[in-house]
Amino acid sequence: MPGVGPDAEQTHPDESVAREAGKTGSGGKRLSPSKLYMRRFARNKPALGGLILFVLLVLFSLFGPYLTHWDYMEADFTALSVPPGVDGHLLGTNGAGNDVYAQLVHGLGRSLIIAVTVSLLTTAIAGLFGTTAAYFGGKIERAMLGFVHFLLILPSFLIIALVGTRFRGEWQVLVLVLTLFGWMLTARVIWSLATSLREREYVLAARFMGVSAMRTIVRHLVPNIGSLLIVTFTLGVASTVQAETALSFIGFGVKQPDVSLGSMLADGQNTLSTAPWLFYLPAALVVLLTVAMALIGDGLRDALDPTSQSGGRA
Amino acid sequence: MIEQRAVTTPLDTQQPLLSVRDLRVAFPSEAGRVEAVRGVSFDLHRGKTLGIVGESGSGKSVTSMAVMGLLPDYAAITGEITLGGRNLLDLDDRQMSKVRGRQIGMIFQDPLSSLTPIFTIGDQIAEALQIHQDISAAAAAKRAVELLDLVGIPNPDRRAKGFPHEFSGGMRQRAVIAMSIANDPDLIIADEPTTALDVTVQAQILDVLKTAQRETGAAVIMITHDLGVVAGSADDVMVMYAGKPVEHAGVDELFARPRMPYTIGLMGAIPRLDDRARDALTPVPGTPPLLVDLPDACPFAARCPVVQDACRETEPPLLAVTGSDGDGHSAACRRAAEIEDGAIGGEPIYPVPALRENRVAAVPREDRPKVLELSGVTKTFPLTKGGLLKRKVGTVFAVNGIDLDIREGETLGLVGESGCGKTTTLLEIMGLKPPEQGSIAVCGQDTADLKRKQDISSVRRNMQMVFQDPMGALDPRMTVFDILAEPLRAVGERNSKVLAGKVAELMELVGLDPEHRDRFPAAFSGGQRQRIGIARALATRPQLLVLDEPVSALDVSVQAGVINLLNELKAELGLSYLFVAHDLSVVSHISDRVAVMYLGRIVEVGTTDAVFDNPRHPYTKALLSAIPLPDPVAERTRERVLLKGDLPNPTDDRPGCRFVTRCPLHLTLSEPQKERCRGVTPQLTEREERDHQDACHFADTPVSVDH
Repeated sequence: MPGVGPDAEQTHPDESVAREAGKTGSGGKRLSPSKLYMRRFARNKPALGGLILFVLLVLFSLFGPYLTHWDYMEADFTALSVPPGVDGHLLGTNGAGNDVYAQLVHGLGRSLIIAVTVSLLTTAIAGLFGTTAAYFGGKIERAMLGFVHFLLILPSFLIIALVGTRFRGEWQVLVLVLTLFGWMLTARVIWSLATSLREREYVLAARFMGVSAMRTIVRHLVPNIGSLLIVTFTLGVASTVQAETALSFIGFGVKQPDVSLGSMLADGQNTLSTAPWLFYLPAALVVLLTVAMALIGDGLRDALDPTSQSGGRA
Repeated sequence: MIEQRAVTTPLDTQQPLLSVRDLRVAFPSEAGRVEAVRGVSFDLHRGKTLGIVGESGSGKSVTSMAVMGLLPDYAAITGEITLGGRNLLDLDDRQMSKVRGRQIGMIFQDPLSSLTPIFTIGDQIAEALQIHQDISAAAAAKRAVELLDLVGIPNPDRRAKGFPHEFSGGMRQRAVIAMSIANDPDLIIADEPTTALDVTVQAQILDVLKTAQRETGAAVIMITHDLGVVAGSADDVMVMYAGKPVEHAGVDELFARPRMPYTIGLMGAIPRLDDRARDALTPVPGTPPLLVDLPDACPFAARCPVVQDACRETEPPLLAVTGSDGDGHSAACRRAAEIEDGAIGGEPIYPVPALRENRVAAVPREDRPKVLELSGVTKTFPLTKGGLLKRKVGTVFAVNGIDLDIREGETLGLVGESGCGKTTTLLEIMGLKPPEQGSIAVCGQDTADLKRKQDISSVRRNMQMVFQDPMGALDPRMTVFDILAEPLRAVGERNSKVLAGKVAELMELVGLDPEHRDRFPAAFSGGQRQRIGIARALATRPQLLVLDEPVSALDVSVQAGVINLLNELKAELGLSYLFVAHDLSVVSHISDRVAVMYLGRIVEVGTTDAVFDNPRHPYTKALLSAIPLPDPVAERTRERVLLKGDLPNPTDDRPGCRFVTRCPLHLTLSEPQKERCRGVTPQLTEREERDHQDACHFADTPVSVDH
């Protein structure tokens, strides 16, 4: 439908400028972009809800241990597999007598750290790598892409498993290997998006103004694929929790006595019918965590979107 | 056109073919109900052409979409559209499909997207025939070839088997026209049919459209923003503003005696090739209103220089103007009767803004330093074949040995059709790298000598670029402040107070409110965005601005403001411009000197007056004659040099004139002369005038015009 949509829209921006002429920038004080993004984010109620949920989860993992006298490693042999509320165990115990509440608090913290660090690192590496390759083009681009393709054909799961066996249960090692083998696919996608960006006139303009390569990449290329990066990050958190669960399940992830939501899920599903709280409680936390991340990601994407409805305002 | 009117208006002159009455279209939107069309009425007779003129957002395209029944379901359409006795608004989509193509032919702006890439041109035309007529596939294919022949496609037998990507833009548009007239429609709707095409091709297409109209006897609705196109092709003109027709008259009457201030403003805002006196253009201030909850007032009141209080009280209807000689001239203005020759009581409605005198111009050209010098610059691209192992099969000579120089305080206009190497030349200059052959010197510094980073950045400061697309050139995720501060930061300015001061200064310089510095580019209109682009280019106080089609994406009334701004800045800051454009009217208005480029070479260069008044190269002559003038009388009487065909591929570098394949002069020469054209590359030579060079062996031979 040529002409219909754009025609109707085009008159809009001019008017909004005219209408709000005196309203913004009052007193000549500059509103920094970050403040503006925060204001826009706060206007989005579900996103704010997601953020609150996420903060609550973080607080819970930080201060939860002080609400119980049980330690997550300590086994109460007098109460094996008791349901919630029995014998002073708020959320029951597992087959070995560990307090589920204490384990949940600790496991949530462990999973949060693993998921958020891995996701942040992979997104950052993928974003920088993909845009850098696209910006330079030519030989540099071909070499960088070749490296990505090489990593992609490596049997990464096998390597993770091998490294996992070597350093049993150390979560830092887990973070490292998950990051090392998790960024390539995203980098490839970001590169293909950024190749269209590098042809844009504002990137050309920056080059002609003598802006340095690194600065152009960070200021122009990365922000303009920002919405993709944010979605990648939030989905990355969810998928890392799952990856870590999978690894823990086959025995290469977080090891006893350390616990994570993943290892708890793996343990819990064996006794799904006899002791359902062992599965459903960590599952609920995983769901809450991923929902919170999705809401935050959605809100961030809208807040950073220059063409969003709240466009020139605020 | 004139003789044809007599032929095609025989029987039913009383009964109009298409009659639109009080058409209203509204769309729901986030901001409220957008009233895109607010009461359009007109009659169109067989064989006549109605031109609908307006800026983007004026509702001209929506009107045509409503006639074609192509508006989305959520559009609320009221009124009456009668085509041959049937109200089209009563028909459902299935019935409407029968009308479209059969009774109404459509030509859209972009010929690339209106053809399916996976079918041959011949098949697509045959399909259009077979949908509406009961004819055999063989007959349809034969008819398709005839139609292609009619619209002037050479070798129609062979070309009918070609795919759209094998056709050039002009050829595709011809094929679209062939398709639209396939079923002998009563009405052809052309929505900006030539906007995406080069001027020489535009002239061809307008010609083909006239042929098509003559063959079918159809009525044509020509929608365009270009007053020149309307002047040359329409019988009646309707000017639309904010979803309403504000003036409607015969084409001669409208151009001779416009009655509505908006029409007068539009006409004053276009630079004209036939009137190059160095007056500033008269921009129409402000922007069109948002079409949501419009008050009952004249929608143009906010921008009108002769507004009265009564204009804001009620919206003036479109009424016949008293005092006109009964030619059906109507205008929607309370003061229409007072307006005479663009003035009220002898006082012009749009006062011509005063132009500042250019200080630098006082010094003779030879004494001014050169800010840019190109000599023998060549840029080639390898032509490769094969997917995995690319082997070189040829070379594209995008720029083939060009010489240019720009002195301080002057504007050089570089003109030519798309594909002639203008943009490649710019990128070569802006890249600041030594070219493949020849040399580039900026402010006396040869780019081959630029080795150190500081040297390069100091030259960069002196030369900045303004881009064509005002949206694409501004990072949508940066505020205006950051956009303007970027070049300053790039040259090492870190102090935030200094930055804030300079940014405010720049914004004022280009006529923007410094209060708006925290807005994103999306919040500005096209003209304002282009001002931001210019401000950014000025940030480092350059001596030379390279402007790549800076106004071609803007509406006419806004374009004038930007051109005036550029002229003012040049006078105030002593800038030099390298102004690249395909629109010769704009170039003629802003340039001191003009260089005409064809297939990577410069074919003519000289002062603007010399080149435009006394063009010597046949290509320049053809370019100039292809530009539509916004003056119907001049349009009808002028002699046209129509070029055949399109730009050939610049893949060979044999000696000889590159223009030989399309040159009208070449055809009239004797055989030994033709031999010389094909065998010897013509060099730029100065003839009787000073500072006017052309590259044609036989520039003194008069061209025979085939009209």
